[in-house]
Amino acid sequence: MGWNELAVAAFAVLGAGIAMIGGGFGPAIGQGYAAGKGAEAVGRQPEAQGKIMTTMLLGQAVAETTGIYSLVVALLLIGIVNRIL
Amino acid sequence: MIGSLEQVLEGPKTVFTVFGLPITESVVNTWIVMAVLVVLALIFRRNLKLYPDKKQNIAEIIVEALDGLVTSTMGARNKNFMPFIGTVFLLIAFSNILGIFGLRPPTADFSVTFAYGVVTFCCIHFFALKAKGWSYIKGFGQPFIFLLPINIIGEVAKPFSLGMRLFGNLLGGSVIMAMISGAIALFVPAVASIYFDLFSGFLQSFIFIMLTMVFIKIAKDDDD
Repeated sequence: MGWNELAVAAFAVLGAGIAMIGGGFGPAIGQGYAAGKGAEAVGRQPEAQGKIMTTMLLGQAVAETTGIYSLVVALLLIGIVNRIL
Repeated sequence: MIGSLEQVLEGPKTVFTVFGLPITESVVNTWIVMAVLVVLALIFRRNLKLYPDKKQNIAEIIVEALDGLVTSTMGARNKNFMPFIGTVFLLIAFSNILGIFGLRPPTADFSVTFAYGVVTFCCIHFFALKAKGWSYIKGFGQPFIFLLPINIIGEVAKPFSLGMRLFGNLLGGSVIMAMISGAIALFVPAVASIYFDLFSGFLQSFIFIMLTMVFIKIAKDDDD
């Protein structure tokens, strides 16, 4: 294994980490916001809890999508490292 | 819990080949899920009565829950979608929780989830064309004709985004489960499995059918 491959592997691991930084921030903020609003809504209308819960979980799962994309990118990068080393 | 981290990241293994076509673990595990679903369906439909017993009560709860979900999401006029939506839900849910039994979930393979996304994509456009006809195709040029490429890209992205969401969640769950069971062998993986396999699996299949229903409804009827 030459220096070139080593550099590619090192930067792939670094890229996976950086991808997960971005992919961790966004969905966390989005999901937290949705959960906060959901708690507010339950506080205002406790009888509609079931419906609010469903809507909140759906919204959170959609907000999570971008994070999942970066997770897939990170896993692909780690897959490259696995192939090189 | 599907073996070591390397095995998870490597992707599904090829079990055997038919005329040079590789039949992977995902396909074989989907067959297992299908067999389980068929056997369960045959058990549950045997001697149905007007006054249900235990077994029939379970079946009625599942069917009524799915019926209520489809009716409340798509409206009473689209009630006929329930068998399709329910089948997709059961198939994906059973595929997702296969990780508990030590098998690789078929949905942790992008080919499988992308195929599910393509099924949704075909449904959206088939039913929209059937309901609206030519005006649906003209709708892509709305509000200006310059937005046509963007609208088409948005439509083509739907199966990718649906497939990626399911695949990423399942693969992420498998990776975390492999890491946990690699680090601690006792007790902890079982508890983590409840969240990562059961809860996350059901939630993701629920999300998938919810999005399918919403997409079909939005494309199909634009009033109300």
